[in-house]
Amino acid sequence: MSKQTVYERPSFLTDVPFHYCPGCTHGIVHRLVAEVLSEKFQQEDVIGVAPVGCAVFAYNYFNCDMFEAAHGRAPAVATGIKRSLPEKIVFTYQGDGDLASIGMAETVHAATRGENITIIFINNGIYGMTGGQMAPTTLIGEKTTTSPYGRSKEVNGNPIHVCEMLATLNGPSFIARVSVHDVQNVRNAKRAIAKAFDNQAEKKGFSLIEVLSTCPTNWGKTPEEALKFVAKDMVAEYPLGTFKEV
Amino acid sequence: MNRQMMKGNEAIAEAAVQAGCRYYFGYPITPQSEIPEYMSRRLPEVGGVFLQAESEIAAINMVYGAAGTGARAMTSSSSPGISLKQEGISYIAGSELPCVIVNIVRGGPGLGSIQPAQSDYYQATRGGGHGDYRLPVYAPASVQEAVNLTQKAFDTADKYRTPAMILGDGIIGQMMEPVTMPEYVRPEVDKSWAATGWNASMKRDRAIINSLFIEADRLEVHLAKLEKKYRAIEQNELMVETQFLEDAEFAIVAYGTTARIALTAIRNARAEGIKVGLIRPITLWPFPTQTISDAAKRVKGLLTVEMSLGQMVDDVRIAANGACPVKFYGRSGGVVPGVREIYQQIVSMKEELA
Amino acid sequence: MTLQMIFAGFGGQGVLLMGQLIAYAGMVTGKEVSWMPAYGPEMRGGAANCSVVVSDEPVGSPKVEDADVVVAMNRPSMALFEKNVVPGGLLFYNSSLIDEKPSREDIRVIPVPVNEIAQELESNKVGNMVMLGAVAQATGSFSEEQLADALRHKLGPSKEKFMPKNMEAIRRGMEVAK
Repeated sequence: MSKQTVYERPSFLTDVPFHYCPGCTHGIVHRLVAEVLSEKFQQEDVIGVAPVGCAVFAYNYFNCDMFEAAHGRAPAVATGIKRSLPEKIVFTYQGDGDLASIGMAETVHAATRGENITIIFINNGIYGMTGGQMAPTTLIGEKTTTSPYGRSKEVNGNPIHVCEMLATLNGPSFIARVSVHDVQNVRNAKRAIAKAFDNQAEKKGFSLIEVLSTCPTNWGKTPEEALKFVAKDMVAEYPLGTFKEV
Repeated sequence: MNRQMMKGNEAIAEAAVQAGCRYYFGYPITPQSEIPEYMSRRLPEVGGVFLQAESEIAAINMVYGAAGTGARAMTSSSSPGISLKQEGISYIAGSELPCVIVNIVRGGPGLGSIQPAQSDYYQATRGGGHGDYRLPVYAPASVQEAVNLTQKAFDTADKYRTPAMILGDGIIGQMMEPVTMPEYVRPEVDKSWAATGWNASMKRDRAIINSLFIEADRLEVHLAKLEKKYRAIEQNELMVETQFLEDAEFAIVAYGTTARIALTAIRNARAEGIKVGLIRPITLWPFPTQTISDAAKRVKGLLTVEMSLGQMVDDVRIAANGACPVKFYGRSGGVVPGVREIYQQIVSMKEELA
Repeated sequence: MTLQMIFAGFGGQGVLLMGQLIAYAGMVTGKEVSWMPAYGPEMRGGAANCSVVVSDEPVGSPKVEDADVVVAMNRPSMALFEKNVVPGGLLFYNSSLIDEKPSREDIRVIPVPVNEIAQELESNKVGNMVMLGAVAQATGSFSEEQLADALRHKLGPSKEKFMPKNMEAIRRGMEVAK
């Protein structure tokens, strides 16, 4: 009986164990991004930008030249890279605090410029790295360490819908929200990520994929409960789909 | 090459282009807006990129990105905007990326005024952002010197993998003077550290442009490396000009435009028989501590003149180390001291200390 | 030789350009020069002034206090800068707009009816050139040809058509100061 390789580490992942918590879906998204990159590009074609947040060490995992950006500034850093090396595929990998709070200006302006980069945006509705504080995407009523009585509309304002907002701009070429809470959605997520990178290779301009993601540790849930929370509560607030496609 | 009248801001921009700067990211603010305006016309002519960023914060982070690919990149602003850039400058220093930042200083704090000032001395010479770092700071006193120092700043930045700053007061940016563009020769510098796309067959390691060292002992090792670099910069890159110092009984320490105004006052005082000299730091960091220390042992008094409430005077006092009295005269808020005022200070110092 | 000058007026009178032309003419005749504007809100229509130094030596202070020459194109400028003229120095003032005579008696005062002459030339834009001609003549600093060179350089080839009118204005100004 001959052996057949059915599963292996993509060339775009290093041989370094992820530091992510059990049940966290960052690992799945890292793998999806690395699979897409490995299928489409050579390592030397790609430069990535890591954020501040749980994915801060992404530069240890993506096996290509990498930058570590200041909190929220990844789209500006990616802009500098892309303007200097326009033939390279440049991507950022950012969380909700990084992208939708402190880095909102950088995000919106990179989008409206149609900056030819790809952004992978992880939305788990919480600041994971700093210990579970409220994020701009935290759901109404959701308890965090800085919204101990539950997020209140009156006190904290409303969850921010990044895809819907960016879709109003002329710059972006592809804006989609996906999830990774079950196999079917993981497959959909990979397709969307692939398209976002294809767009860049075809010089179509700015693409952003929002991935609904889990944080069992800071949500105080088991991995299974966390997946269900995404499927039921987060999808209700953040509907999946393509918001803009040019 | 022929001399031409140029505004300081435009001369700085052209000098940068001739030094091979092809990437400029900036944001408008008085009194430096001629730099982005000039770059927006000029860089497309030479195949470069001008991008007006959404903020000073974005601009410095774009510089971080472009500099990380090994390109010569620059940004400019004025005091309030430079405060916003400090986050990025700290990251650039920590990640050891070369770039040039121009600060055409105006009065502060806060929105302050738009008139010339030297009140960003502390910020510039102590690094400016958070953390243990310094950056070379060049303080031109003429438009020609602004040109020369801008080009030098790019070379120093590349040589030591450090951000470098041009600190000009508003007059340096707004004044017009004759300029001769030097025949610039770009030094060969190894940039194999840059992130330009990597695969395993390459001789270099995978590039990670990064200032994060989560383990304290590893960060300490990194900082020791930076420290060594800063000692080398102090050793090799100090620039200072002295005039009339040989027989001086008193000396003025001043930089930038203030030094020129002081020089006229010194000439006037010498015409009246008062032996005054001038020490003009050209690099504010590294600071000409030795020059001042030596002078302090020979003169009866030092007078520091600044367009601030007194910032550089701290470094002058450290250098003098009590060897002679150190006086201070400053105008602030954007008010430029006049020749007569400084002359009067010289006379008072002589009367008090002679 | 060091000539320290202040040009002042309101925005739109071409005060800064006047200073630049003097500085440029100084440069091409081999002098050291500096031109320093008071910048800021002034450029949006308020007061405008600049300091110009023309010297055989490297220029020290680019900011002029003790002026050999003050040019006042309007009344507030004269009020502000008359005191800066050194004894024996020159004060040019726009007598079309300033009906009051300067009070100083230790300086040489030269009234120039800038607006009237400009109107005679059917161009309200050349008033600064009239004044420039008067300054060049009275200070003996620059010839008509040197000013023409400076102006041609500043205007550039696309505005060559404006040269004759401007030079006429400069000549008229020179006559006033003869």
